[in-house]
Amino acid sequence: MRGARSGLSGLWPPVVFGIGFVAAWEWFVVARDVSPFVLPKPSAIFEQVRLSHDRILEAALSTGTNALVGLALGLVAGVGAALLASRVRSLDDALTPLAAAVAAIPIVALTPIFNTMFSSTSTVPRRLVVLIAVFFPVFVNTLKGLRQIEPVHAELMHSYAAGPWTTMRVVRLPAALPFFFTGLRIAASAAVIAAVVSEYFGGLQEGLGPAITSAAAASAYPRAWAIVTAAIALGLAFYLAALLAERVAMPWRRESA
Amino acid sequence: MSDAPPAVALTAVAKRFGTGDGATLALTGIDLTVAAGEFVSLIGPSGCGKSTLLRVVADLVEPTDGTALVNGKSARRARLDQDYGIAFQQAGLLEWRTVLANVELPLALHGAGRDERRRRALELLELVGLSDFAGHRPSQLSGGMQQRVAIARALARRPALLLMDEPFGALDEMTRERMQTELLRICSETSAAVVFVTHSIPEAVYLSQRVVVMSPRPGRITHLIDVTLGHRDEDVRESGRFFAAITEVREALRGRSAVAQEATS
Amino acid sequence: MSGRLRGVHVRRGAMVVLALVALGVLWELYKLVVPDDGVRIGDGLVLPRSDDASMPHLSEIVAVFGEREVAGSAGGGTVAASVLSSLWYSLGLAAAGFVVGVAVGLALAVAMARLAIIRRAVLPYVVLSQTVPLIALAPLVYGWGGNLTLLGWEWQPWMSVSIIAAYLAFFPVAVGALRGLTSPPPVQTELLACFGASWWQTLLRLRLPASVPYLIPALKLAAAAAVVGAIVAEISTGLAGGIGRLIISYAQQATGDPAKVYAPILGAALMGLAAVGLMSLLDVALRRYQPTEVAS
Repeated sequence: MRGARSGLSGLWPPVVFGIGFVAAWEWFVVARDVSPFVLPKPSAIFEQVRLSHDRILEAALSTGTNALVGLALGLVAGVGAALLASRVRSLDDALTPLAAAVAAIPIVALTPIFNTMFSSTSTVPRRLVVLIAVFFPVFVNTLKGLRQIEPVHAELMHSYAAGPWTTMRVVRLPAALPFFFTGLRIAASAAVIAAVVSEYFGGLQEGLGPAITSAAAASAYPRAWAIVTAAIALGLAFYLAALLAERVAMPWRRESA
Repeated sequence: MSDAPPAVALTAVAKRFGTGDGATLALTGIDLTVAAGEFVSLIGPSGCGKSTLLRVVADLVEPTDGTALVNGKSARRARLDQDYGIAFQQAGLLEWRTVLANVELPLALHGAGRDERRRRALELLELVGLSDFAGHRPSQLSGGMQQRVAIARALARRPALLLMDEPFGALDEMTRERMQTELLRICSETSAAVVFVTHSIPEAVYLSQRVVVMSPRPGRITHLIDVTLGHRDEDVRESGRFFAAITEVREALRGRSAVAQEATS
Repeated sequence: MSGRLRGVHVRRGAMVVLALVALGVLWELYKLVVPDDGVRIGDGLVLPRSDDASMPHLSEIVAVFGEREVAGSAGGGTVAASVLSSLWYSLGLAAAGFVVGVAVGLALAVAMARLAIIRRAVLPYVVLSQTVPLIALAPLVYGWGGNLTLLGWEWQPWMSVSIIAAYLAFFPVAVGALRGLTSPPPVQTELLACFGASWWQTLLRLRLPASVPYLIPALKLAAAAAVVGAIVAEISTGLAGGIGRLIISYAQQATGDPAKVYAPILGAALMGLAAVGLMSLLDVALRRYQPTEVAS
């Protein structure tokens, strides 16, 4: 089947590149005798993953839960705000430039404020930071999708004497789905990144961030890199989940010729 | 049949866009009656107002003057009562719905039950020759096929009037001719009146019983030409009478520009 | 800028100011209405505490800027001066990272546009690089300071921060530039082929100018990303002299002076906005290469 073949044939350049990269890395560290301070061997990192996998999993679970909770709440808030802003012009005028401004600001810097507002032994500050980091891309992208309607569809709905709510339900919402999922893809990654970085502000010692810093402080660099690998895997998992959700929710995109 | 009100009755319809000095008179002094079951084409150069005229009939645009009656009611009432079906130059199918669901759309919007909708939609797909594609997505269909689905959708509620705005404009010539034949076959089976906007003289002549020639600045009707070709089939396209009718329409379109040239020179 | 566009920008600016004022009003209102201990559901706080230690009054936050940096000491500067000098330092690091990131991004984009095999091999990683928290590497990259000599230059700790800023900045540029370089339609590339133009000539005369409308928004994103990256890297590593470090140390003083930490955070926010604003000037300068803007 042509589809399957072209899919697989598209896979080999990045796979080869990836394997080649790791192999070159291993060779470089060994041949140039690079100290683990700078760059540990991939094999040493892999070894550490194997050895400390319980601890790593526990840390990943903690960070992952924060990311998930913040993501879920941020999605609800972002979509809700977009729906409102698409109907209430003044809300749109206020939130959209604000969203553009917020994109230039490191949200995680708000963590200390939240740490004092709640308490530094709570997971709420981290989840709140994730929520905010998720809210804006979801809001901006979903709103963009809701605002667009192809002129021919608008005229068609008008010719059917369909009211604004019907038009929203039948045309605008389904047409906005691709935009929402673009926002979701960004938000899923942003959630994990925000969750990890917010952990660098002290507070609870759970999570991948504190695990990395403590490993680095103990000069256990291969282990630190192993935990980083886990963080990367977590980010990838969230991103792939978002891609999967997109495929499932929009079957018509796959079926096109 | 003569008891049925005219499908379209326009009296002194005018449409102005904009205000003051920048205003354009898209339509002026339009008087037109389309009888029930009649096929009428609107033809003219860009800016002559033919698409605007169609939209006045569809109540998508409100006239600044005059009255527009559809099926004996105001255009607005006719739209609310769904007395017409419309097809645009772009098929405008919803990509996330199957072909069948697209045809069902107008039925679903006005409360038809699920089985009834399905039955009617399948019937219509049969009519346009696309029964095998009911489960496909619009993106899997060619342009011509998408337009056929759009026409099927326009016929969903058995309207007395079909409005079409250059529906074959985006298709190549061969597909166009095929679609024209298809359209005539479909119309003969539904006895709806049709108002058809087009750029193409042969298309207007082949399809209609009357051709309405329009001209721009300001948009107005300049000629009403009866086309008597009898039964339309592929042979008609190569007959002398066909060319004669085309020439008549072309002269009418040109005649106006000759007049305009005289007026400005 | 046409009058109508200026009107849109003014209205937008006014709405942002209004939104900020509304936020301020909400802040004080919240302090008034919600009990000091916040609102709890079961064991956890759902709404934050509203006492002065947790949520300082707006007036206190403003006053912080004028405070002496080290409480009670006559010497040393004000908090405002500290914040400004740290901002300047961080901005420098971000700028260095931005330049490196943009250069790498452009080079990568040209390579990917030139050779399809490179694009197929590398682009997935480029995309994935931004979906994963590589920023988690920050403390480890920081360890390079004093331990690594590259081409005869010893790695400085600040370079770790700039490298992270560069990493965050390169992605929008690489992706945006690639899209822009491949944007000219076949009718234009075929035209240049008829003139016997080499690939590099085509690059210079067609693809690069055509990519300007894609590069401008990408550079804005990269500027914001470089700033955010620098600040976040400083926070993860605690590099002295930067605004990130200031946020951490003022946060540690929060029990004594809760409003102090707001100063560098607000400063960081302003820095991000300034960086994006600077890029907008570039937008105006390169207007010639862009299709006419429609008020959106």
